[in-house]
Amino acid sequence: MPADLPSGGALTREDVAHLAGLARIDLTAAELDHLAPQLAVILESVAKVAEVAHGDVPATSHPLPLSNVFRSDDVRPGLTAEEALANAPEVEQQRFSVPRILGADE
Amino acid sequence: MTAATLLSYDDALARFDPVLGLEVHVELNTASKMFCACPTTFGAAPNSQVCPVCLGLPGALPVLNERAVAAAIRIGLALNCSIAAECRFARKNYFYPDMPKNFQTSQYDEPIAYDGWTEVAVDEAAYRIEIERVHMEEDTGKSLHVGGATGRIHGASHSLVDYNRAGIPLIEIVTKPIIGTGAAAPVVARAYVTHLRELLLSLGVSDVRMEQGSLRCDANASLRLGQDAPFGTRTETKNVNSLRSVERAVRYEICRQAAVLTDGGTVTQETRHWHEDTGITTPGRSKEQAEDYRYFPEPDLAPIAPDVAWVEQLRATLPEGPGRRRSRLQAAWGFSDLDMRDVVGAGALALVEQTIGAGAAPAAAKKWWLTELARRANEQGVELAELPVGPEQVAQVQALIDTGRINDKLARSVFDGLLAGEGTPEEIVAARGLEVVSDETALGAAVDRAIEANPGAADKVRAGKAAAAGALIGAVMAEMRGQADAGRVRDLILAKLSP
Amino acid sequence: MDDTIRASAADLAAAMQAGEMSSVEITQAQLDRIAEVDGDLHAFLHVDADGALATAKRVDDARAAGEAVAALAGVPIAIKDVVVTRGLPTTCGSHILEGWIPPYDATIVTRLRQAGLPILGKTNMDEFAMGSSTEHSAYGPSRNPWDLGRIPGGSGGGSAAAVASHQAPLAIGTDTGGSIRQPAAVTGTVGAKPTYGGVSRYGLIALASSLDQAGPVARTVLDAAMLHELLGGHDPLDSTSLDAPVPALVDAVRDADVAGLRVGVVRELGGEGYQRGVRARFDEVVGLLTDAGAEVTEVSCPHFDYALAAYYLILPSEASSNLAKFDAMRYGLRVPPDGVADPSAEQVMAATRAAGFGDEVKRRIILGTYALSSGYYDAYYGSAQKVRTLIQRDFAAAFDQADVLLSPTAPTTAFRFGEKLDDPVAMYLNDIATIPANLAGVPGISVPSGLADEDGLPTGVQVLAPARADDRVYRVGAVIEALLVERWGGTLLARAPSVTGTR
Repeated sequence: MPADLPSGGALTREDVAHLAGLARIDLTAAELDHLAPQLAVILESVAKVAEVAHGDVPATSHPLPLSNVFRSDDVRPGLTAEEALANAPEVEQQRFSVPRILGADE
Repeated sequence: MTAATLLSYDDALARFDPVLGLEVHVELNTASKMFCACPTTFGAAPNSQVCPVCLGLPGALPVLNERAVAAAIRIGLALNCSIAAECRFARKNYFYPDMPKNFQTSQYDEPIAYDGWTEVAVDEAAYRIEIERVHMEEDTGKSLHVGGATGRIHGASHSLVDYNRAGIPLIEIVTKPIIGTGAAAPVVARAYVTHLRELLLSLGVSDVRMEQGSLRCDANASLRLGQDAPFGTRTETKNVNSLRSVERAVRYEICRQAAVLTDGGTVTQETRHWHEDTGITTPGRSKEQAEDYRYFPEPDLAPIAPDVAWVEQLRATLPEGPGRRRSRLQAAWGFSDLDMRDVVGAGALALVEQTIGAGAAPAAAKKWWLTELARRANEQGVELAELPVGPEQVAQVQALIDTGRINDKLARSVFDGLLAGEGTPEEIVAARGLEVVSDETALGAAVDRAIEANPGAADKVRAGKAAAAGALIGAVMAEMRGQADAGRVRDLILAKLSP
Repeated sequence: MDDTIRASAADLAAAMQAGEMSSVEITQAQLDRIAEVDGDLHAFLHVDADGALATAKRVDDARAAGEAVAALAGVPIAIKDVVVTRGLPTTCGSHILEGWIPPYDATIVTRLRQAGLPILGKTNMDEFAMGSSTEHSAYGPSRNPWDLGRIPGGSGGGSAAAVASHQAPLAIGTDTGGSIRQPAAVTGTVGAKPTYGGVSRYGLIALASSLDQAGPVARTVLDAAMLHELLGGHDPLDSTSLDAPVPALVDAVRDADVAGLRVGVVRELGGEGYQRGVRARFDEVVGLLTDAGAEVTEVSCPHFDYALAAYYLILPSEASSNLAKFDAMRYGLRVPPDGVADPSAEQVMAATRAAGFGDEVKRRIILGTYALSSGYYDAYYGSAQKVRTLIQRDFAAAFDQADVLLSPTAPTTAFRFGEKLDDPVAMYLNDIATIPANLAGVPGISVPSGLADEDGLPTGVQVLAPARADDRVYRVGAVIEALLVERWGGTLLARAPSVTGTR
């Protein structure tokens, strides 16, 4: 059973805050206030899928049955470094400059 | 960072039974990346080997590299795994600047190969390591952390990201818990990774150069109260960048965890970072909330269903297993079991093989790698394969000895020169003037001088005590600064002093 | 209004082929029309006059030199801003991509360029294709040419408005839950969603990877067929693209005939919740088809009642993952957090995404993150994927009984701006008839079915066919179009109020 969300059940303001953290979006207090009930309503309507989704029904992850779609191991030119960096907010030493990473393990 | 309290290794093993887990990531040596046609060559200018797909640009889509799949299947077969009849890729969702899509295309509950095993020999014993899974994923970009000490994340002001490496095919090999190693745990861990390296080399799927990152290892360790006790809490140690580090890190964690437990504490389940310079592990950043990867099947890639014919075709391409290869080489080289074990244990099998291939005699190849070069590698704290001396050069040095142009002692100076990057063995001999003097006249003159300076020894030789020639030989060698063939000198002395 | 801009793409192509008109003339006429009316309609986010005219000239020169050119060469086209165009700004209707100039072309754009269609510009859309009204565009809504106080549909309202107001004879749209078909219905135009995999997705900024398809937006079924044939076919850069040639769609349009065809009216896609005028026009179409020789029966697809629910779990889940790449590190908006000295990358990401994404996008990302999160996967995303299987089975059973299925395209005509903004679920209901086709991957087309009596606004009828049988939707769509044009004595669009610039 879901233990990760603070409420462990119906979607509360704290749950939404937790999810926003996972999704890396800073929600304002006002947004948290009005999002939680909106999401709860949506979730109620969509929860009805559980009514018909029984164990013996297989899930469909790909609408059309394709398999073994491969490419051969050939090299083709891609973007130049200039093209790759053209839209970068900041560039240094031909690399994408990003703010300090709090980071886990390297 | 201060080191944690440690229990002695013996104490730790007296009280606890170690359980290991090893996760090895292998970068494949395919020409192109996993999901796009960008080149994979190491060391290119930053961001010069990227395209919309591996840069994660909006709208780009992945297409799977068939050779990477073949390599994954071959690795699975070489590890005696079952190959999945059908499997899919999955998205592992988390945010990190070196991941262009902020999800990694990987495999979750459907690895391409699973439930295998491999056998690792350590001294007299053989350990059977169970393999949990082999799966495919893509590598991330590389970050340079600017402004902090030692280029690490802590204290960095910002980071610079290069995506050349993003999208290179990665195979992850995960063992099941490794039990029953007892005190040999660190050595078994190292031997397993060494063995895996050899296996992957023989398959030709990767360069497996730990120093270049094409082979990476995370070492998991935990302690339990006895061989039948339930598993303890394990830690995962990253930044284990060499075979040596595998052994040292495992050993350290055993000692550290033992101290914690003996003290009445509990081992924290965490990821730790190995520091090769100080020989300790430190905790990684503690996360307030465990990452929820929200895995789901990758909709942009079709499922893979390798048919039996293809798998069997790949099975037929497997090289002989390491055990059989070793037996064959041992017979060819005329080595004893002990010799062979020494070579394998030193991780020098491929190097010795290549040196022999370049013309050196087996005994000579073994000698140089296991004595002189092993000593130097140890001094510098690197693996044999990382020394700037290669099998070709070792063979060249031996060839110089074989043709009498230098001797063993002079060869050591040649190795000094090779390690210092002074050029080829030939060039170093010339530059440093290491050539053995073979001019008979010069040698004869030096012998005469030695005889004159050591009348006592000379008399003894004349009297038939050939052994006394040693002092005379020594005198000549000293004058020649070692640049003479001692055997030739001895012959000359005996000839001159014979009745 | 100048005849040039009223002409269909097929007629323009024929005129150019006959040497009666040049592409430059046609393109200039469209550009003039855009300048005249788009201030009011706001269909375009970016207009590329120079680029379009350069292509037009190139095509005219080629034709003059006697070179063979593609069927639609020289016919101007507008492209929904979700499609990546090299050198042209591509925003996806979002602030987070403001100023982004892609360094590459989508495969469908490459095909358009190779065929010599002048690209007039990029059209407006709901942000990241999430919406049914284009009110969620970060750049302001587009307006319905039939009534400037009403929505043009969404998410592809810009393309539909552009075509409906004669600013372009053709446009590209994308359809994830109805974003081509529903705007077509409420603007009196034609829009088709191909079989999933029928048209390449390489270069379509992904919303829901397993649902998205690009398709044609046009004023006639023939035009849509010609464009669809140009766009479709296998793409080695898209692993989900079908390895099969596009069916003969233009032939299907020209062969338009329904004698003996079995037509299934889907019980679950009609009735309560569908506006009276929409149903009335639909019933008339059914009558016309019957008179033309079709065998019309009712079919039931009981799991269609769960389609909306499944869709609003699958789409946000895939979208939450697809939109993670917008993080201020490599392109697009970068916004530092307020009042934080020396922010971390993580903080900049979160602040940027907060500033750059609109409400609907945030709503769906949070929803998707929830539906995928550990502990909830089975109940939500996992279950929704099972409902998908059930819907595919319903379609399969229905297609045993009928060659094509029929329904109204959308439950209502164009509503007024603001009417459904505060009620997300009410907004989602606009897609109730179009969503099942996306979940199953089957093709669908919307053709105009007339004006609703109560408000005089356009309605549309939807034709669905089995996967890979796109020719069938064009065949039946063409029949319906022909029968109605005959009955009306002209096209529906001919009755639209004229839009002239008020600037």
